[in-house]
Order: sequence, then C-alpha cells, then structure tokens
Amino acid sequence: MPTISVDKAALFKELGRDYTTEEFDELCFEFGIELDEDTTNSDRPIVDGKQEAPQLKIEIPANRYDLLCFEGIALMLNIFLGRSPSPEYKLTQPAKMEQIIVKEDTTKIRPYVAGAILRNIKFDQARYESFIALQDKLHQNLARQRTLVSIGTHDLDTVKGPFTYEALPPKDIKFTPLNQTQEMDGEELMNFYEKHQQLSKYLHIIRDSPVYPVIYDSNRTVCSLPPIINGDHSKISVNTTNVFIEITALDKTKLDIVNKMMVTMFSQYTLEPFTIEPVEIVSEHNQETRVTPDIAPRTAQAEVSYINQCCGLSLSPSEICTLLTKMAFRAKPSTTNEDIIDVEIPPTRADILHQCDIMEDVAIAYGFNSLPRAFPDISGTVAQPLPINKLSDIVRVETAMAGWSEVLPLILCSHDENFGWLNRKDDGTTAVRLANPKTTEFQVVRTTLLPGLLKTIRENKHHSVPMKIFEVSDVAFKDLSLERKSRNERHFAAAFYGKTSGFEVVHGLLDRVMAMLKTTFVGDGQAASGEAQYYIKELDGVYPFSQIKEFANSSDPTYLPGHAASIHLRIDGKDKEIGAFGILHPTVLQKYELKYPTSTLELNVEAFM
Amino acid sequence: MASDLTTQILDALSASDAPILSSEAFPSTPSLNVKSALDRLDARQMVQYETLERDVVTLTAEGQEIAANGSHEAKVFAAVAAAMDGLKISELPVIVGKDNAKVGQGNAFKRGWIKKDKDLLRASQESIVDETQQQLLAVQKTKTLEDQKALQDLKRRKLIALAKEFNFKVTKGPKYARELVKEETDLTPEMLTNGSWKTANFKPYNFNAKGAPTPAGTLHPLNKVRQEFRNIFFDMGFEEMPTNRFVETGFWNFDALFVPQQHPARDLQDTFYISDPAKADGPREDSPNDPHVPVRTKNDKPLDYQKYWDNVREVHEHGKFGSIGYRYPWSADESLRLVLRTHTTSISTYMLHKLAANPRPARFFSIDRVFRNEAVDATHLAEFHQVEGVIADFGLTLGGLIGFMEVFFAKMGIHKLRFKPAYNPYTEPSMEIFGHHEGLGKWVEIGNSGMFRPEMLESMGLPKDMRVYGWGLSLERPTMIKYGVSNIRELLGHKVDLNFIETNPAVRLEKD
Repeated sequence: MPTISVDKAALFKELGRDYTTEEFDELCFEFGIELDEDTTNSDRPIVDGKQEAPQLKIEIPANRYDLLCFEGIALMLNIFLGRSPSPEYKLTQPAKMEQIIVKEDTTKIRPYVAGAILRNIKFDQARYESFIALQDKLHQNLARQRTLVSIGTHDLDTVKGPFTYEALPPKDIKFTPLNQTQEMDGEELMNFYEKHQQLSKYLHIIRDSPVYPVIYDSNRTVCSLPPIINGDHSKISVNTTNVFIEITALDKTKLDIVNKMMVTMFSQYTLEPFTIEPVEIVSEHNQETRVTPDIAPRTAQAEVSYINQCCGLSLSPSEICTLLTKMAFRAKPSTTNEDIIDVEIPPTRADILHQCDIMEDVAIAYGFNSLPRAFPDISGTVAQPLPINKLSDIVRVETAMAGWSEVLPLILCSHDENFGWLNRKDDGTTAVRLANPKTTEFQVVRTTLLPGLLKTIRENKHHSVPMKIFEVSDVAFKDLSLERKSRNERHFAAAFYGKTSGFEVVHGLLDRVMAMLKTTFVGDGQAASGEAQYYIKELDGVYPFSQIKEFANSSDPTYLPGHAASIHLRIDGKDKEIGAFGILHPTVLQKYELKYPTSTLELNVEAFM
Repeated sequence: MASDLTTQILDALSASDAPILSSEAFPSTPSLNVKSALDRLDARQMVQYETLERDVVTLTAEGQEIAANGSHEAKVFAAVAAAMDGLKISELPVIVGKDNAKVGQGNAFKRGWIKKDKDLLRASQESIVDETQQQLLAVQKTKTLEDQKALQDLKRRKLIALAKEFNFKVTKGPKYARELVKEETDLTPEMLTNGSWKTANFKPYNFNAKGAPTPAGTLHPLNKVRQEFRNIFFDMGFEEMPTNRFVETGFWNFDALFVPQQHPARDLQDTFYISDPAKADGPREDSPNDPHVPVRTKNDKPLDYQKYWDNVREVHEHGKFGSIGYRYPWSADESLRLVLRTHTTSISTYMLHKLAANPRPARFFSIDRVFRNEAVDATHLAEFHQVEGVIADFGLTLGGLIGFMEVFFAKMGIHKLRFKPAYNPYTEPSMEIFGHHEGLGKWVEIGNSGMFRPEMLESMGLPKDMRVYGWGLSLERPTMIKYGVSNIRELLGHKVDLNFIETNPAVRLEKD
C-alpha cells in the first residue's frame, strides 16, 4: 500500500481545524486510510538549513488513486466531513482545440495516447512539488513502474500544436533530455542513462524495440520520449501557467484513469477552479479518435434492498443518498423504481466497479463500528476435520507420546539438500522447481522430509544427545496427469541422532506407530490375514523408494548398506512399498555436518487413508 | 570418602563440647568435601557449623616450581657463575633451558647480578639472594603476603593467585551421636514384606531440589497453537478444507479471485513461479483417484468448468454480473502459469466453486503453509501458515461478520475489537480487524476479513443472493505475540531451538 506524506499544518488548515494525533488517527481509521506516523515529535531532516515541517504519513488503499496526493486527501476528507461538496469538473470549449495526431507505427510499441491542458494554473512551491510527486506515485503504482502508462507534462507556452505521437527508429530521434545541455539521439540516450539511479530501471521498456515512441510539436520539437524522459525544451517550473499533459500507454483503461487523476487533482488551482481544457486525439488507424479527458461522471444504479441487506440496515433511499454524498457521490432515488438509486460516480472514483463498492461506501459513511452487530446463526453446519489431517494427528500424537519431539522445518529447500546430499540423483521426474527464488536455499519443493530433520539437528548441536525428532507434513511431486501438474503427499519422518546409531530405536518407533494404526507385523513365511499388515525388507545399495526405478541400483545410497530396510504395507491383499528406514550413510552425515550416527525413518502416511 | 569423613568429623567432636575448626582437624581435605560431609550431618541435626571465609594467596604451577628450584634469574646466575671464564650468550639456553634463559637473563641484568662482555656473560657478584624464591616459600607456608608491592609484582608475573579459603567451625548438634545411623534411601518391596519399614530410618528428602527429569516427547509450539485454532473452528461448526496442495495455477490463486493480471502481488518479486513443470491445464474436474476431494452431495449438479473459465475472463476483460470489470486484455497463458500458492484462499475458491454445484450454507476453514518470495528477516519468512475461515449463507450481513469475529476472537482471549475499512481485490467490503492488546496497551492488527466480491462468486455460478464471508490471519503472528518471540526463525524452520520446543507450555489461548 502506498504511503503519502503530507504537510500537517497545511492539511489541518484545509480541514478547517487542528486535530490531535489521536483525533486524526480516529478520522483516518473511520474513513479507511491509516495514519502511519505523525513526525511532529520526531527528528526531522534539515534541508537547506531549514527543518522540514511536521508531516503526516498516511497509508492509502491500493485502489484509491484519488488519495495519492495532498489535494486528493484534503478534498476527500472534507467531503467526508461534510465541509465541501463533491466538485463538478467541467471541460472548457476552446476556440481551437489542441490536437495530438497519432501515427500508426505507435501500435508497434505503445499504442495509446491521451492529453489534457490545465490553463491559467497557479502553482506555488508546495503545489508544484505535489504535482510532480503525484506523477511519480501514479508511475509507481497504477502504471506499474511506467510499463503500462507514463505521463509527460510540459509548458504549453514553449511548444506549438498540433502535436504528433510517432514511433521512430532510435537514431532518428534527436533532442536534449530534461535538465541536460547536450543533444543526443535515442541510442545515445539509452547509453547515457544506463547508470542513472532513477531512470535506468525504465530503459528496458523500449530499449530493444526497433522504434521508440516520441511526441513532437508542430515545429518538430521533441516533447517527450515516453516512458523514459521529457525534452528539456518544454520543461515546466513553478512559474508555468499553462500545462500540457500527454500520457501514453499500453493499457487504455489505466490511461484514462491516470488522465482523470492528473486533471481532477490539479484543476482546483486553475483560474476558474475545476475546469480542464480538452485535447483531441486523432487516431484513425485504431478507431481511437476522441476528446480527452473524459471527466463526465459515470452513472450507475444500486439496489436499496441489496445495500440494506448487506449492511444489515433498513435505510430509506434518501438516507442512502445522503450517506453516499459523504463519499463524493451524487445519488438520488430513481423516479421509476423505488428499489433503485441512481448514482453518479465522479471521475476521481476509479475504484468503483460494482454496486458492492457503492454498498461498502454506504457502510463506511454509516461507520463500520456503528453497524448493528449480529451473529450469523441462521444455518447449522457440521464440523469435520480433513481426513488426512485426522490421520496425521494420530501419528503425531502417538509419536510424541513415545518420547519424540515434533519439529517444523521449511518445505522449500535447495536442490542439493533434497538430492545430492542424500546421495540421490534427480532424474527430473519428481521435484517441483522454482523459477525465481531469491536465494539458493529455496530451489525445489522437498520430495522428502529428511533434509528438514537433518538441518534441524545440525542447528541444534548444543542440545544433549540423543536427539529424537519427527515431522508429519507434506512433500510434493510432479504429476503431469493433473491440472496443477503436481500433487502433495503426506509423509511421516523421524530421526535419531546420538552416540549409538539408533537403528533399532527408529525400527521400534515404526513398530509402535504401526501398532497404533492397527497394522500387524507379518514375518517371513507368515500367512496373510484379512487385517492390515506390514513387513520390512533389507535394502542393500538400493534407493529407498524403489518405485522410482531409475534409482533401483544406485551405488551410493542414502543409507549404510546392510543397515536399512524398505517398509511394505499390505491392505486387502495388495502390497505397497511405503517408505524406508536405516542408518544414514556416513557421506550423508558429512554433507549435513553431523558428527554422530543418525538413523531415520520416512513413510507415506496416505497409504493408511 | 565422604562417608569416612562424616565418621572422622563425629570422632573429632567426641572429645569435648568445644567447637573444632576444619582447617585444623582436616588440613589436607578439600573444603568442598568437608562441606558436603557437614551438610549431610547438619541435615540430620547431628552437627551445627558456621562458615569462616578468608582471602588466601596460593602459588601457581610456575610459582611452585620456583619455590622448589629457584627463580629463572637465579638459575641464570648460577650458570654464569659456574663458568670460570664467562659464558657464551648463545650457550645459556643450552644450559638453563630456553624459557629460563629468556626471562632470567633480563632479570639478572636488571638486578646487576651479571654483565655482558662482548659475547660473554660474566657474574658481577660473588653470591646472590634469591628474593623471589624466598617470598614464594613464605607464601607457601603462610598463605599470606604482607608486602603489597611484592604481592602485586608476583601476581603480575603469574606466580601467585588470590583465592578464598573456607574454614568451618563445627559444634555438636542436638542429635549428635558417634555414628551415623544406617539410613534407607527408599521404601522397598522387601521392607513391605519383612515389616522393617516400621523401624527404618529414612534418609531425609531434599525438598529444595527438582525431581528426576521425566523423559517426554512433545508437539511443536506452533502446531499446538494451530490445534487450538482448529478446535475453535470445530466448536463453531467448520469443515476443514483440503489444503494439501502447494502448487496452484494463476487461475485459482489469482484470476478466479478477481485479482487483475497486472496486480503487484503477481510480480516475480512477490510470488514464487514454477519453472518445472512448465504449464498448467485449465480448470477441470478433479482426478477420480484423488482421495482428498470433498464428498459430493446427492443434489450436486455438474459443474461447467469451461463456463467458469469464460466467466472469469469476461469479468476481468469486459465486466459481467453488474461489474464494469478491469477492462484489460486478459491472458490465458498468464492464468496457466504455475505458482506456489501465495494464500490458502485459492483452496477456499476451489471449495466455493464446488459449492456452486449445490449452493447451500457452508462453513470452511484451513490452517496451512503459504509461500511468498520475500527477503527473509526477523518478521518475514518465505513460508508461513495462514489461518482462513469462510462462511457461505443467504442473508449474511456485514454486522454479522463483525459479530462473528467478536465471538471467534473472544475464544482466544481477545475481547476488544474494532474494524477499519480496507482494500482487498477479492473482498468488498473489506475490513482490517484490530484487537486491543492489553499487554502492549495498544490496538494491533490481527487479521483481515470481508465479503467476497460478486465478480468472484457469480463467475462460479453461485446465486446472486448468496453472501460469503472470508477472513484470514497468520498463525505465526499471534503466536509470536503470545510467547514474546521476536524472530520468526525462532518459531518456524530448522533453526528453531529444540529446547524451546521441549519446554514450551501447553497452549490455552483463552487463558494466557
């Protein structure tokens, strides 16, 4: 969520009174923004020998682009407090409308453009800084680091329309970029800004394209090279009075939103407040010829019964309309249907998509914490654990009661931990691999619980021996037959670490858990019974889960040869290998930096479902 | 042996009623042994004693060596004086040893005992007095040294050390006797059989010590908290969801939840994408072999997965179900990318879609692992547990959600709540839940909640008048607050201290 810093004194002046920090925090809370910090009593930075004035740092919901600047926060809070009406934005009708003529080649790189003019605007230092900051916030948030939308603002008195929006080879675009003295072409510009702290991160958006988007005035002066930088020629300052805004985009919806935000927030400073001079976009090739910005309120309808039902209220249509006024809407009961109210959604409220958004604003205006509280007890439902979790809990509790301690390692691990360090080879058919981990600690989703147990022992060397730990949790395997191409499998694993190998101890734990799962041991030559049974078979140089055939003859396995066994379950006469236990191979111990013998047990719990 | 010592002490006391001093009676017995013997007798009121403590000076190993054989410099002098025509400097270490030569040569020069003559050393005096040795011998005898300057000097040279010496003044106790009566350490079956328990003299039990440690297994603290949460959900009629599915598709994790494809949560910076396997299939019927899928009701109508997919596309791209949508070109490929689920809400979505086969009141919950591609620090791990609840019913109100939360959180001892309007792409209204933390004396955010958006529910085919609450919180955060754990890595993962796991008390959320 974006955080906006506003001048405390200036905001309270706009709101017509002083607030204590607590009072303002409460106002924010009710309105749905969050006061992060009041810097009045903090160490504030000193800039040019003057200490920064106290700031309020306010967290804004990610979809409220109208609250990304001082002007918007002040306006919306004043409307919420009933101190201001929702402004009526108007387009002027200039004798001759400025034009941006769009060339078809722009479809190859950045197809959409829009414009607007703020004529006779009066900036001061604070307003000017806010104007620049809003562009930055929009670029970072809605525009996704300028990829989707970018804004250029110009001193209209230094350029002359009609403007053209073109896409040209980089070599053919020559101009002096903002705040530079030297003219350069598109290619030179890319090299020039390669190391630039802010701009370097935007270069990739167009760098490798054969054509770059560019906006010219009628004298072939470059206004901007979107989304990288404006020309120096038309730069604005605190003294600029006529501002030309051009916006280019990949996403037309976001283009319109950005335009609306720029003009609604700053048209209050024009000679006649809330008026905006439109710009005609001439774009025949893609049927996008139109006048921008479109600041007409969107009309929508909301159902009185829906709003009342969701909020648990029984408000009259006119009461709902009054509440909506606090949230910057104009609303009136429909003349034709008493269950409908007609709502005018101002251009500032791009977050309204559905009548549920209008319903929420009624609830906010009413006060979430004032809503009549109830307990949803209309319907009875039946509680039920997930079967695999219920089964896991039996294994967990029985193992803990047998004297073992439960641990909870991570599910992601490095490739080596899952394979190489256990003397297992990756044939590419088992493990789910991550595409973009930030560290090598997280390369695959584990296919075995052993790495987590062994790392836990490694990190707990200060603990007395023997250590007896276990985990019951999921591993994941690739499974190309499924929609998600993978599946989880619930495993149970335990590790014994001590001065003796503990081989018989983990074997005993296996017997105990089997007994608790009502599975009886069946020895050599013993007859199968109708009950669930298990038996074990010596593993010698064999990969423990031999259903993975590729490893059946691995020469350097996880376990010490002759001291490991596979575990087999027989249910309804069907035999299934479900796991293995044994003394870990000394090379495994070495990799995991374990200095005492360690025995482990791992099995698939799902077999007992 | 200590038992012999108790007898010796009792013997030493027998002569008269006068007190004895342990340093005189048992000069060569270590004071610790004396004390333990005295404690045994004292516990039986056979003796009484007081501890006398004094500072003493003792010799270090080197100090003892010098006391016995003379100082380094004295050895150097002796060697030089023994050589009639002077001693070659290079030969000194050969005669007195390297260590003696190194230290002793300098000291002997300083004291004017020897002098240098080209490469020879010659004695400057006929004889010398080895003060160091004499001081050390005196110390050995008296365990004191009055001369403070000499004391500091010897201490600096690490020849002596300061220590405390304990001496005990012992007198007869009220139950004094010449012999320690044989004591029984425990009641035995033989004593029960032969009746000797009636006359047996039992050894006193030490009620200040702890009992024998009980070997114990234990469950993980985080899982203990998880079980408390599960119990709360079960108390309130919730069914546990099949969250045993780490890998999800962009469709189930984001698109179906009305999270637009350009949303920052879908950035590489925030979400783990899967490189292998490469690409998912579109939503379809579950595999018939999957033992974890929810049981169907007999009134279930077949679900149209293609329609669901199309609805999701349309509601994003052009709007549908009364929504204007996000109005952007929706990419099927993006929806088929595989991700590690970033929330368990993907499973709630799956369950709600199943519910559309037979829309009816339902309560679902899950507590399971989710994954975020975060930089790891004290409060962030790439994995954590999400607690999630869902209630679907007709006629649910926002006040009902608030009322439910009050009951839910009261069950874990949080009684003061307030609700802040918030933004979440898949719930509207959305409320952040703040609980008043009595210990910290302030409001802390404890969870997020809301009513799922119609764009999400109606795309599934759920009826327009069905409302669905959803809420979530992390399992780690309340646990960290409860146990005062400041680093999440001390709670989850392989770096957790086993001693913490083994000694962590049972969880009683409503109490602590």
